[in-house]
Amino acid sequence: MSHKFQYLLRLGDNCLVLSQQLAAWCGHGPALEEDLALTNVALDLLGQARLWLSYAGEVEGRGRDEDALAFGRDGLDFRNLLLVEQPNGHYGNTVARQFLFDAWHRQLLAGLCESSDPRIAEIAQKAVKEVRYHVERSAGLMIALGNGTALSHARMQDAVNMLWPYTNEWFDSDAIDAQCASAGVAPAASSLAAAWRADVETVLGRAGLTTPTYTGHQRGGKLGVHSEHLGRLLTALQFMQRAYPGAQW
Amino acid sequence: MYAQLVETGAKAVKTLDQMEPQERAFQERINAGIKTEPKDWMPEAYRKTLVRQISQHAHSEYVGMLPEANWITRAPTLKRKAILLAKVQDEAGHALYLYSAVETLGVTRDQTYLDLLSGKAKYSSIFNYPTLTWADIGAIGWLVDGSAIVNQIPLCRCSYGPYARAMVRVCKEESFHQRQGFDIMQALCKGTPEQKAMAQDALNRWWWPSLAMHGPPDELSANSAQSMAWKIKQNSNDELRQRFIDQTAPQIEFLGLALPDADLKWNEARGHYDYGAIDWEEFFNVVNGKGPCNQERLAARNQAWEEGAWFREAMSAYAAKQEQSDMQGAT
Amino acid sequence: MTSNDVKPEWPLWEIFIRSQHGLAHKHVGSLHAVDGASAIHHARDVYTRRNEGVSIWAVRAADIVASSPGDKEALFDPAQSKVYRHPTFFPTPDGVKNL
Repeated sequence: MSHKFQYLLRLGDNCLVLSQQLAAWCGHGPALEEDLALTNVALDLLGQARLWLSYAGEVEGRGRDEDALAFGRDGLDFRNLLLVEQPNGHYGNTVARQFLFDAWHRQLLAGLCESSDPRIAEIAQKAVKEVRYHVERSAGLMIALGNGTALSHARMQDAVNMLWPYTNEWFDSDAIDAQCASAGVAPAASSLAAAWRADVETVLGRAGLTTPTYTGHQRGGKLGVHSEHLGRLLTALQFMQRAYPGAQW
Repeated sequence: MYAQLVETGAKAVKTLDQMEPQERAFQERINAGIKTEPKDWMPEAYRKTLVRQISQHAHSEYVGMLPEANWITRAPTLKRKAILLAKVQDEAGHALYLYSAVETLGVTRDQTYLDLLSGKAKYSSIFNYPTLTWADIGAIGWLVDGSAIVNQIPLCRCSYGPYARAMVRVCKEESFHQRQGFDIMQALCKGTPEQKAMAQDALNRWWWPSLAMHGPPDELSANSAQSMAWKIKQNSNDELRQRFIDQTAPQIEFLGLALPDADLKWNEARGHYDYGAIDWEEFFNVVNGKGPCNQERLAARNQAWEEGAWFREAMSAYAAKQEQSDMQGAT
Repeated sequence: MTSNDVKPEWPLWEIFIRSQHGLAHKHVGSLHAVDGASAIHHARDVYTRRNEGVSIWAVRAADIVASSPGDKEALFDPAQSKVYRHPTFFPTPDGVKNL
């Protein structure tokens, strides 16, 4: 399997898993306006997942399309980061997960806009506009909830603390990252760390929240070693295709 | 419909001669097709009827997200997932437009909404039925949104300006909903025997509730006449139900599905389809809280509201702090 | 915290959208938001999902000053008699162009 295919799966699976999580909020959000807003983010990420996975299928060259990749792989073959499969929890957990991801996602996409692969650059250019808005939104919510009430402050600090262990995996470089970086396909994984950290510290500072001082230790998602949460998420995601193999919908 | 059994407070519709001058002038403007706007004088009963009708309609949109949202995470393809997600999100938008229209009548959104949460306010009977298979998502789009469109297009001409304008926006967005439902049904009917059976089952289960959702027959709806005199409603329940049946029966045949009603037959003399007896006892049971999913729907809305309280309060508290520090900065 | 406590609601905002460059902002509806910045965000998410806009104004509903329906006659009827303000008031002789 080519490194580019693997890399595209990582891009696509992050978006797919996170959009699946956000989609579960639809109809259950804390206010009508917020329900509409979060669903827009879910829709953006789902659209991006489809573009990445479609291209992954083409690069692989075995005739798998976006659906074959989304519904036909077991957890061991998913390449998303552990962060995005962490449970929705309360709305603050979802917001914190989104912010930490958005801040990284924006840096990554900015780098991918310069990709030597024109398809990747093209998809990234479309996605980066959407993600700039995602960061603006999630950073705004972090700041508001961090400062809002004693309860919201405590909830957001807990959420950041709980998710922090998962916020270093994306800066680890393995053979796939290194090959994509040296071919100019993608920015080096570690190159995004400084900008991400600066953004996150600024926003957490404005939110009155403490940035944890340690480096996250949880890793494995990029290689297919996941948490227990992914399996349950895939059970819902893939139910129809598993129950009715080969059917057209 | 989305607003069923709207109480108007009227025993009988008054004639112009029976009205006081102010009410008579109001009724004459209505008769002339002039829209009423929020600050215009209106009879209290008209205002109250509108509040009841529009808030029921808003609640229906909001509760109506739940049965379809039930399948978002399980949609069979990524494309279908995106479409369904966008569609259910539209319902949130429709609820929002409609709650805003209620606010123009002097009732805030939370006041309106708390009546839903407490179980005092009603919403459409149709959303108390469960979505058991993917085909139900097709059937809801096709039959329920199909019924909604038949009902909502005339509401775009309703005598109350803000409601009419909200409905124009809703109808514009709604037109894709029915088509996506029919598209799902078409895919199922062209698919495997299992898929076709799923489509037939969904049609059979959703057909009667879709007919009932247009509301009780005209002879049982005392409030219809008053609503029609006020041009809040333009057509009777039976008229709209017949319109829906007439447009849908040929679509059932097009899909190659069996008709869900043995009495559903074209009547050449009437120029309409005849149809079998609707179970009104079931309808009134569902409206009065004894449908298959009433408890779940209301519990889900209450849960989202209660679990979201800290969020809404924190957002308000932050804005208040900001405003205060802006003011201090300005002095 | 029970569901029956009426907490202060997020304020109501009126939303105006310019659908294309060159057109004026038009009232499209309302929404609730805690401040101006979130009103703009929400307006984007609620009212421009189908490419409806290129610019958004948000105004607190409480800040809008409206004319009163009771003043309608005094405010607007006097304009009815000034028919000479409309070009159709003046007959155009046959054969005269560019008027």
